[in-house]
Amino acid sequence: MSFLEIKGVNKRFGGLQALDDVNLNVEEGTIHAIIGPNGAGKSTLLNCFIGKLMPDSGTVTFDGQSLLGLKPWQINQAGVSRVFQTPEIFSDLSVLENVMIPCFARRDGMFRLNAVTPTETETDIREKAEQMLIDVRMEDKLHMQASSLSRGDKRRLEMAMCLSQDPKLLLLDEPTAGMARADTNNTIDLLAELQSKRQITKVIIEHDMHVVFSLAQRISVLAQGHVIVEDEPANIKGHPKVKEAYLGGAH
Amino acid sequence: MFDLGKVNDRYLMIFFSIMVLAGPIILAPFGAGYPDLLQRFAIFGLFAIGFNILFGLTGYLSFGHAAFLGVGSYAAVWVFKLLTMNVIPALLLAVTVSGLFALAIGYVSLRRSGIYFSILTLAFAQMSYNLAYSVLTPITNGETGLQLTLEDPRILDAANDTGSLPSTNLFGLTMNSTAKFEILGMTFQFNVGFYFCALILILGFYLALRIFRSPFGLMLRAVKTNQTRMNYTGLNTRPYTLAAFVISGMYAGVAGGLMAITDPLAGAERMQWTASGEVVLMTILGGAGTLIGPVLGAGFIKYFENIFSKINDNVLHGWFAFLPDGLEDVVVGVLHFFVGKGWHLTLGIVFMLVVIFLPGGLIEGANRIIRRVLARKDKSNTTVSAPAE
Repeated sequence: MSFLEIKGVNKRFGGLQALDDVNLNVEEGTIHAIIGPNGAGKSTLLNCFIGKLMPDSGTVTFDGQSLLGLKPWQINQAGVSRVFQTPEIFSDLSVLENVMIPCFARRDGMFRLNAVTPTETETDIREKAEQMLIDVRMEDKLHMQASSLSRGDKRRLEMAMCLSQDPKLLLLDEPTAGMARADTNNTIDLLAELQSKRQITKVIIEHDMHVVFSLAQRISVLAQGHVIVEDEPANIKGHPKVKEAYLGGAH
Repeated sequence: MFDLGKVNDRYLMIFFSIMVLAGPIILAPFGAGYPDLLQRFAIFGLFAIGFNILFGLTGYLSFGHAAFLGVGSYAAVWVFKLLTMNVIPALLLAVTVSGLFALAIGYVSLRRSGIYFSILTLAFAQMSYNLAYSVLTPITNGETGLQLTLEDPRILDAANDTGSLPSTNLFGLTMNSTAKFEILGMTFQFNVGFYFCALILILGFYLALRIFRSPFGLMLRAVKTNQTRMNYTGLNTRPYTLAAFVISGMYAGVAGGLMAITDPLAGAERMQWTASGEVVLMTILGGAGTLIGPVLGAGFIKYFENIFSKINDNVLHGWFAFLPDGLEDVVVGVLHFFVGKGWHLTLGIVFMLVVIFLPGGLIEGANRIIRRVLARKDKSNTTVSAPAE
């Protein structure tokens, strides 16, 4: 059984079949990209496995546990972190505090008035957060307010927040959307570097082919709610069905 | 740079304690050094500190906190009637009852956020007010308000055969006893009730400081900033907001208990929406989310309320007697609306000005002045040093 298994997922919005019998298997430790033209159902699919949408039928199993019907925080507690298309960070807080919060949030979902356990003091957590920020090369911005960061840095911070939880699966929703080419390349380097340091399973939804082909080990192409092809990057590039989907040969 | 929000916590605590404890001396020259007003400063300061834990940290704007104040008052008066005139049990019951009440109201209201949350709390508070006013008369004594009588059992106290109502006390130290000193033509009054309130205020301030600096406080600020991210970080925000709601409700309960301690009666009007609105004004006026701000706002409103509501047309005529008769009447006629019972009009204008020009409240104003003074000093330094080079 795969690490993340999506089986026969259907989702209808009124007359639109947004997802039509989607099957997807993600292996542990790999970077899996989901690509497809606008309106192909990429975001709908992502929303189905983070508790935002409930599919009409089908199953989403992660690490042997069904994710359907769970609240977002429960899904996170199961080991899934998410990077958003527009960075979701705590913009009123400092960069360091932003990373300290996920460090405090333990994998048991318990509410704690002091959030500190006997084995880990506030200083430990602060150090852990600082280390994480060094890993994403933001050590010089620890005490800046998060809202004053550049867009690229906000994305980087969000990534640090997700990684500091040691997720088993990291979902990236268009991690380079709206970025300048230089920022995009930085993000690719960062992701590649992090992947070499710790092998976290990642699912990337992306428009930018450059990003997808430099990172992904496996690619699924989604068009009109179907997975039309799933293969290695080398085989995707020249695939006739992919060309058809992107260039609109069907219409 | 000097910033009121970042002063070393220990100095802040010492500064705050001294200011509060020396209140009767500091405020005497301003005509505010008498026990009744000082007690009000301390009690409303505490109320606002508690409110700020909810509103300032989590951003949830409750419009029903007066309900907890009223519940605290009723609980305290019932202890005075049934058990003892000692203030400690009264205060304990006030905290407990208001805490439970806040738990129930918070549990329901916190299912929604934003304006819906505000409306829900407002509805609950108005419901409590109306119940206290009518249906619950056996418990609240309705319109008259809950008062002490000579026939009350007070089972823990010795039999009262003096024929007059007993007064609240702390193990025999009566709350309304006052030591008066006259120095340099000024009267300084040191009142037991005020010092009791002041100690609770300092304790409450210390607790709020600890909450602000704790990881729990960090979580609350995170809730205010981005709930989506909180959820996708594996945190269920409800227990955090509920804890903040209950804590601030308990602060309000203590404030209500202290009201009953300094003046042992409780009326339904304490739970009315105007009272809930007042604490919102205090917090925003002083500076929501800052430590000192709410206390400052409470003091500001209570002080000016005291001054402005005392001014009447006769006083105004006295002030403007130098003007020609016709003009004097016009000026007095206009100002008439802003003083006495019209004090709320003045408060409204001040509030509007603060919200528009000082969104961070009085604290932001103080910070701006300090910064400007420091900047001017820097400038004068450079102009002095420039010719020397």
